[in-house]
Amino acid sequence: MTVMEQRGAYRPTPPPAWQPRTDPAPLLPDARPYRVLGTGAAGGTDPDLLLRLYRQLVAGRRYNTQATALTKQGRLAVYPSSTGQEACEVAAAAVLQERDWLFPSYRDTLAVVSRGVDPVEALTLLRGDWHTGYDSRAHRVAPLSTPLATQLPHAVGLAHAARLKGDDVVAMALVGDGGTSEGDFHEALNFAAVWQAPVVFLVQNNGFAISVPLAKQTAAPSLAHKAVGYGMPGRLVDGNDVAAVHEVLADAVRRAREGGGPTLVEAVTYRVDAHTNADDAGRYRSDAEVETWRAHDPIVLLEDELTHRGLLDDDTRAAARDAAEAMAADLRARMHEDPAPHPMDLFAHTYTRPTPQLREQAEQLRAELEAEASGSEADAGAAAVREGDGR
Amino acid sequence: MTTVAVKPATMAQALTRALRDAMAADPAVHVMGEDVGTLGGVFRVTDGLAAEFGEDRCTDTPLAEAGILGAAVGMAMYGLRPVVEMQFDAFAYPSFEQLVSHVAKMRNRTRGAMPMPLTIRIPYGGGIGGVEHHSDSSEAYYMATPGLHVYTPATVADAYGMLRAAIASDDPVVFLEPKRLYWSKDTWNPEDPPAVEPVGRAVVRRRGSSATLLTYGPSLPVCLEAAEAGREEGWELEVVDLRSLVPFDDETVCASVRRTGRAVVVHESTGFGGPGGEIAARVTERCFHHLQAPVLRVAGFDVPYPPPMLERHHLPGVDRILDAVGRLQWEAES
Repeated sequence: MTVMEQRGAYRPTPPPAWQPRTDPAPLLPDARPYRVLGTGAAGGTDPDLLLRLYRQLVAGRRYNTQATALTKQGRLAVYPSSTGQEACEVAAAAVLQERDWLFPSYRDTLAVVSRGVDPVEALTLLRGDWHTGYDSRAHRVAPLSTPLATQLPHAVGLAHAARLKGDDVVAMALVGDGGTSEGDFHEALNFAAVWQAPVVFLVQNNGFAISVPLAKQTAAPSLAHKAVGYGMPGRLVDGNDVAAVHEVLADAVRRAREGGGPTLVEAVTYRVDAHTNADDAGRYRSDAEVETWRAHDPIVLLEDELTHRGLLDDDTRAAARDAAEAMAADLRARMHEDPAPHPMDLFAHTYTRPTPQLREQAEQLRAELEAEASGSEADAGAAAVREGDGR
Repeated sequence: MTTVAVKPATMAQALTRALRDAMAADPAVHVMGEDVGTLGGVFRVTDGLAAEFGEDRCTDTPLAEAGILGAAVGMAMYGLRPVVEMQFDAFAYPSFEQLVSHVAKMRNRTRGAMPMPLTIRIPYGGGIGGVEHHSDSSEAYYMATPGLHVYTPATVADAYGMLRAAIASDDPVVFLEPKRLYWSKDTWNPEDPPAVEPVGRAVVRRRGSSATLLTYGPSLPVCLEAAEAGREEGWELEVVDLRSLVPFDDETVCASVRRTGRAVVVHESTGFGGPGGEIAARVTERCFHHLQAPVLRVAGFDVPYPPPMLERHHLPGVDRILDAVGRLQWEAES
C-alpha cells in the first residue's frame, strides 16, 4: 500500500499554473534508426534524387581521401575526415534552399563543399592561410567552428532573426556526438524550442569524441531522446542511409519553414578514419569493429539499392567516378600552389577602424617588412656582384 | 526670458533613454537578456522598452548567458544589432567562450564579411553591498581579448552618449556600467542630450599640476573627491577619465603625465594582472623622461571580491589615493 492510498481521501492541491505536457510521445524518436535503402520505403524515393545523391557521395568520398592525402604531403595542417559520414554531409547541404544557412563544425568541410563552396576556399582553415577562406555571407555558410557546439546558438539566433524579419529562412546546425555534452548544445536547443526558431539540429553520432565512445559520453537512450526534454521532436535515422537522412532532414526543414519549430535529428553513423591524422584510433577501437561498419558503407548501401532497381549501370558508375577524379585532380593541383598570405593582413580585420595601438603595431610590421625587402635587395645585389666577379 | 527645464537625471535613466532612442532610430536594434522585458531589468535600465517596442524587440530570454550571447551572435549575422544585458558582472562568465571565441573573432575569422555590431551591457564593480558574485570588476579579461571594445562611462552624459556610440559601432563593445553610479545624478536634458567627447578619447575632468590620477568608471568620483581633499596638502591633482579602456587614449594620458610628471592609476579591479599594470607600463614607456617618480597603482586588493561588510576596506578610497600621491613626492624631497 502506498502512502497515497493510506491517506484515502486526501487530494493534494495541484500547484497553480503547472501544466505538464501529458503526451510527449509525438516528440519521442523511433526505437530504431529510420531506414529507407533496402526497405519497402525505398521505392517511393525519386530516382533522380538518388542518382544525384550517389554522384555527390562518390565525389565526397574522393574529396575526403584527397584531403587526407594532402595532410600527408604537408599541404594541410590537419584534416578531420568525414569518410563513412558522407551521407550526412551531402544530405545536410542538399535539403537547403539557397536562402537557408548552414552552421558547420570542424568535421563538416564536405557539407560546406556540397553547399557549393569552392573546395580550396573550404580548406584554408586547415591549410593555415586564413581562418575562413570562403565568403560566409555570400554562401550562407557560417565559418567552420572548432569549439564544440558553440555554433549552435548562432544558428538559433540567425533563424530567429530571419523569422522576426519575416523571411522563411531555415538554419541547419551540425554537431557531433561529443558536442551534445557541451552546455552550448543545451542552451541552443532550449532557446530554439522556446522561440520556436526554424532550426534543424543534425547530430552526426559517429561513435567517438576523439577516443571517448558514446557510452561514456551519455547515459541517454539515444541522443535524439534529448529532444523531448526541450519540447521538440527527436528523430533517429541511419546516418549511412543517404535516402533516409535526406528524407528526415527534408521533413524537418519543411516543418521549420512552415513555422513548426526546431527538430533534433540524430544520424547514427561511424567515423571510419581516425579523428585526425594526429590520432591513433588503434588505441581505442578494434579493426573488427571498423570492418563491420565498412560493410555498412553509405556508398555501398546506395549502390545496392540502385542496382536492385536497375538504376545503376557501368556507365553511370564510371561517370560518377570520373567526375570525382577530375574534382580531386583540380583540388590537388590548386592545393600544390603555395599560398602567400600578406603579413599586413594581420591587422586587416580586427576592428572596423583599427585602434591607435594597432595602427602603431602595423607601422612596426611595415617597417620590418621594408627592412627585410631592402635587405634582400642588398643580398641580391651582393650576389650579382659575386656573379660578376666570377665572370 | 525662457528657461529650458533641465532636471537632474540618474545614470540609469540616461542609459534607459539611450536604449530607447537607439531602438527608435534603428529597427535593427534588439534588447535581450534575463528579466529585461516585463521587469525592466533588475536595475530598471530597460524599463518600458518591451511596452513601447514589443517583446520581439526587448526580449526576456531563458536564463542562460552563453545562449543569450550565442543567439545574439546569430542575430548579428543576420543584420540585427543586439544589445545584450548580462545581469551582473560575474554572471557573464558562462558566456565567456562565446565572447572570446566568436564575438571577438568573427570579423577577423571572416575577413570582415561578418561584423559583430553587438553591445554587451554588464553592470560591474562593487560598493553597493552586493553579495558574492555581484561585484566583480572583470575589465582586464575583456581588455586582454583582441576584437573587443571596452567602454566604461562615469558621468550621466557619457552614459547616454557612449551607449549610443556602442550601439552604433559595427564592432562588439563590452559596455561596463558602474553599478554604484547608477543612481548618481546630474543636470541632463533627455530631450536634448549634450554631445560628449568621442569614445576613444580620455577627458581631463579636473585640471591640476602636482600629479595625474588616471581612472575610469566607478573610481572617477572617488578621484575627484581625493583631488578636492588633496588641496589641503597643497596638491593640485589632475584627474583623467579614461572612458574607454579599448581603444586606449595614450595621447591625452601622456600629455597630462608630461605636464604633471607624476601619475597614479586608480581602479577597483585587482592590481596584479589588472588594468593598472598595462596603463602604468604604457605611461612609463612613453613618458619616462618626464616622470619624477614611478607610476603607482591604487587598486582593489588581489583577493576575490570581499563580502559586503568588508568591501569598504577593499575599495580604493580617498585616503589610499592621497597616500599614494604622498609617496610620489620622494624625489622632490630628496
